[in-house]
Amino acid sequence: MYNFEFKQPKTISDAVNALVSDEAQALGGGQTLIPTMKQRLANPSTLVSLTAISEMKGICKNDDGSISIGGGTTHADVASHSDTFFGLKTLAEKIGDAAVRNRGTIGGSLANNDPAACYPAAALSLGATIVTNSREISADVFFQGMFDTALEEGEIIVSVKFPVPSSSSYQKFVQPASRFAMVGVFLSNFGNETRVAVTGASEGGVFRWSEAEAALNKTFSDNSIKDLSIDHKDMIKDIHASKEYRAHLVKVMTKRAVVSAS
Amino acid sequence: MPKDSGIGAATRRREDARFLLGSGLYSDDISFLNQTYAVFVRSEVANGIIKTVDTSKAEKMPGVVTVFTGEDFVDVGGNPAGWLINSRNGEPMKEPKRPVLAHGKVRHVGDAYAAVIAETEQQARDAAEKINADIEELPAVIDMASALCGSNFVHNEIGTNQCYDWGWIEDNREATDNAIKNAHHVTTLELVNNRLVPNAMEPRCSIADYHSANDGYTLYTTSQNPHLTRLLISAFVLGIPENKLTVVSPDVGGGFGSKIYHYGEEALVLAAAKRIKRPVRWTATRSESFMTDAHGRDHVTKIELALDKDNNFLAFRTETMANVGAYLSNFSTVTPTILHGTLMAGNYAVPNVYVNVKTVFTNTAPVDAYRGAGRPEATYSLERVIDKAATELGLDPTNLRRQNFIKSDQFPYVTAAGLNYDVGDYDAVMDRLEHNADLKGFAKRRKKSEAKGKLRGLGINSYIEACGIAPSNLIGTLGARVGLYDAATIRVNATGNISVMVGAHSHGQGHETAFPQIVADLLGVDPRNVEIVHGDTSKIPFGMGTYGSRSLAVCGSAIVKGVEKIISKGKKIAAHMMETTHDKVDFDEGVFSVRGTNKTVSFGDVALKAYIPHDFPIEDIEPGLEETAFYDPQNFTYPAGAYACEVEVDPDTGQVTIESFTAADDFGNIINPMIVEGQVHGGLAQGIGQALLEGCVYDGDGQLISASYMDYTMPRAADLPSFIVDHTVRTPSTDNPLGVKGCGEAGAIGSPPTVVNAVVDALRSADHDITHIDMPLTPERVWAAMNN
Ligand SMILES: Cc1cc2nc3c(=O)[nH]c(=O)nc-3n(C[C@H](O)[C@H](O)[C@H](O)COP(=O)(O)OP(=O)(O)OC[C@H]3O[C@@H](n4cnc5c(N)ncnc54)[C@H](O)[C@@H]3O)c2cc1C
Repeated sequence: MYNFEFKQPKTISDAVNALVSDEAQALGGGQTLIPTMKQRLANPSTLVSLTAISEMKGICKNDDGSISIGGGTTHADVASHSDTFFGLKTLAEKIGDAAVRNRGTIGGSLANNDPAACYPAAALSLGATIVTNSREISADVFFQGMFDTALEEGEIIVSVKFPVPSSSSYQKFVQPASRFAMVGVFLSNFGNETRVAVTGASEGGVFRWSEAEAALNKTFSDNSIKDLSIDHKDMIKDIHASKEYRAHLVKVMTKRAVVSAS
Repeated sequence: MPKDSGIGAATRRREDARFLLGSGLYSDDISFLNQTYAVFVRSEVANGIIKTVDTSKAEKMPGVVTVFTGEDFVDVGGNPAGWLINSRNGEPMKEPKRPVLAHGKVRHVGDAYAAVIAETEQQARDAAEKINADIEELPAVIDMASALCGSNFVHNEIGTNQCYDWGWIEDNREATDNAIKNAHHVTTLELVNNRLVPNAMEPRCSIADYHSANDGYTLYTTSQNPHLTRLLISAFVLGIPENKLTVVSPDVGGGFGSKIYHYGEEALVLAAAKRIKRPVRWTATRSESFMTDAHGRDHVTKIELALDKDNNFLAFRTETMANVGAYLSNFSTVTPTILHGTLMAGNYAVPNVYVNVKTVFTNTAPVDAYRGAGRPEATYSLERVIDKAATELGLDPTNLRRQNFIKSDQFPYVTAAGLNYDVGDYDAVMDRLEHNADLKGFAKRRKKSEAKGKLRGLGINSYIEACGIAPSNLIGTLGARVGLYDAATIRVNATGNISVMVGAHSHGQGHETAFPQIVADLLGVDPRNVEIVHGDTSKIPFGMGTYGSRSLAVCGSAIVKGVEKIISKGKKIAAHMMETTHDKVDFDEGVFSVRGTNKTVSFGDVALKAYIPHDFPIEDIEPGLEETAFYDPQNFTYPAGAYACEVEVDPDTGQVTIESFTAADDFGNIINPMIVEGQVHGGLAQGIGQALLEGCVYDGDGQLISASYMDYTMPRAADLPSFIVDHTVRTPSTDNPLGVKGCGEAGAIGSPPTVVNAVVDALRSADHDITHIDMPLTPERVWAAMNN
């Protein structure tokens, strides 16, 4: 690690001000950023911790039936809160290990947009709205490729608004070593519309599998997708899985999500 | 002594109290006033010419005390190979120098070519980044087959990438070839024994303290054998006289082989401590452990099994390429040869065996002995090809093995691979296995799995290994440059309690519990009155440390001999106290008595007398009660066993889950069954890890892809079933006074083929025409095999 300054503001506006300097960086649960700094691969001169900002924590039901999760809410809190629903709860439960879930935050996960992270699949599938200190961003435009998002420098994810589906399921096939998603499929069924988002698989980061969505919108059954296949061309290839295997897993996990959400 | 605490008692491990409470003392816990920190500068390329190393900027960085480069060590020795292996044509192996710091060339990612010593670790790291090296990258030598025929050499000075081309036993070659040529059936299998990273929980750590007053040194280091480390540093590398160097290995958090060897970092901190006259410390980061701890396995093998028309084994023949990495680590030349080829008859009465091993230099980290060392590779090849033969011939794999077992009345049995197995009862062990694993009920369980949409497979194996790595006379003829006896000093203190200084080193094996059980049992004292001292060359006799499941068989036997000497001296003292002659004195359960009388003295009284010898006949009896014994056996010990594994395979994803794992082992006599069980559990976890999860991967440029836990899969508790183990078959070793055989490596040796056999069986049950999948059987590999 290199030396850095540490700040822990109590309000969002103080945090935004602290982040004005070029070399300052927000710190959520530190589950991604701290290991990167330990390896000297990141070098922020100031870390602005968001963990003392109470307005960024917690989960509540909105009047329109959606739920809002504070950007600083930990995975453990999402997993155990009574206002969350099946798909989201099981997703949060399966992130990392207990230590990671007790520190890592939803804001940090979305801002980081790791191609193998779980939350991006939920946000995209559910059509979430990412609320920052300055605007609201639809999930459909938020994710812009591996480790790339619509966030501006110094912009903070304050909360995330999730519509509540009639049923949902997250099916995660773990990369054996890291236990991140080698392929993760989040399926949301809103009655009139089904959305399928896939993480872990694509070079382009999280994406929606539109053919599957179209088929499921006709008939919501695992049979509907049995003849579909997804092109492996843009899939990730690494020592754990080939492009073909990842493409295959997308289908298997989607089927399982349909069965689980039926 | 009641058996609730002596030999055979399942007493809890006393060392666990300090480990579980966080009060162990590991090397990194040791701290000195005025200490400095070493940080190494390591190569980022696999193969390159070091043109210049400019340290001027680094030297001016805050806190920097001094900087070393390879230049500083050109005049000292290299870290040697401990075993000379000759090629088939009689030529000695190639032994390029392994320097303290790379000079002229870097040869693997992580190869250190400079080191910075600074006031703090951070300052040392900051300065290390300012070292400006001009390294011209060369194409990397990675693939073994290409390495053998190419002209790009890891070491130009030897003009080849082949270390040796070894034949075992060369005189058997022709007979084996003929047996295969004329056989009724020959089964051939090509397989890879995957490369592993040892991953001891505690990273390596070395701290050197230099004593100006007597020009002496103390090295605190994570070693499995402090005396061997001292010998290597003294006699070969730095030339520090042995009497001026103390090596201390306090608590060590696992080694699995990787901490047997002397590493350059140890020499560097010693040299640095002398130069700056201050303590110098270094602790590996986890990344450094991945890049520089000696890796394990990494064989590519073709094996053939020849059978006659009645399914009797006629011959095993293998051709193996073994990766040795960029430099010869201390035991790297013996592991793929003697520790592998001599086991190539397995548990079988096979008349012909011929083993050929070509050991290859590549631009990767050195490869050396890792839990099992050579024997897992032998077992894997044998037990996979036997299963394949059973498939080809439509035979039951268990029966095929049984038919060819060496039978219990054939011992001692000299195998076609040259070892003399002293005792065993492989059928009895297989009986236990068949019973405990309920093999008869498998068909039912398979149906149940199929009803859930899963494929179920059953894998069986039998293994044998050579343990108690010793017989100096035998290994001497095989090229060993060291002896492999062990030693113990038994010091009975004046108040009757006992300190035992041992040459073996405990880094997870439970010596502090098991060794006192032996002493207590033999002397009739409470084991709590016996304390084990290990890991400090200034305190212990010159023993050879712990590896090859040798501690109990070899060092334990030295303890027995030492205790016998204590009893014999005790008899002299008791005779003097009871006014008789020592030949009339008996010793039993802690009491000396005069035969045929009711005169007795206790062990404690004799101990006290030994140190208060006011009326001793000093010309007949020396004061004190302390004896040292060295023990060198005549033969290896031969633990053997049979394992069964049941797996489920998800046909959609290729995911394998282990549904049950049953192990039946014959370890001879058992000192502490609980410790034995723990050793087997650990070994099984490691072997299952190799079979399903662990794979060390270098890319074609020599970059280590699996360089962290993000990409290297360690077995976790949830990956493993609850093991069923059985140690009721006990054919005591005829070669050591305890009748013990060693249990530390068995699980890691026997389990990989068992798991692979089970997965292949599962896939075949769904009519996939598959006879082999290379480890690790990751979901993708299994899926790809099903969908070729
Ligand atoms: C062992 C391990 C296993 C893991 N397994 C999984 C897994 O299975 N699935 C999974 O999805 N993830 C996994 N993770 C990642 C984990 O979920 C992290 O918590 C997450 O990726 C980052 O969240 P964080 O709060 O820790 O962010 P940090 O590490 O603190 O920050 C990450 C990045 O986000 C920025 N940032 C943080 N908070 C905000 C905010 N509110 N607004 C804007 N920018 C912000 C930071 O500046 C930084 O760039 C794992 C991590 C570890 C260490």
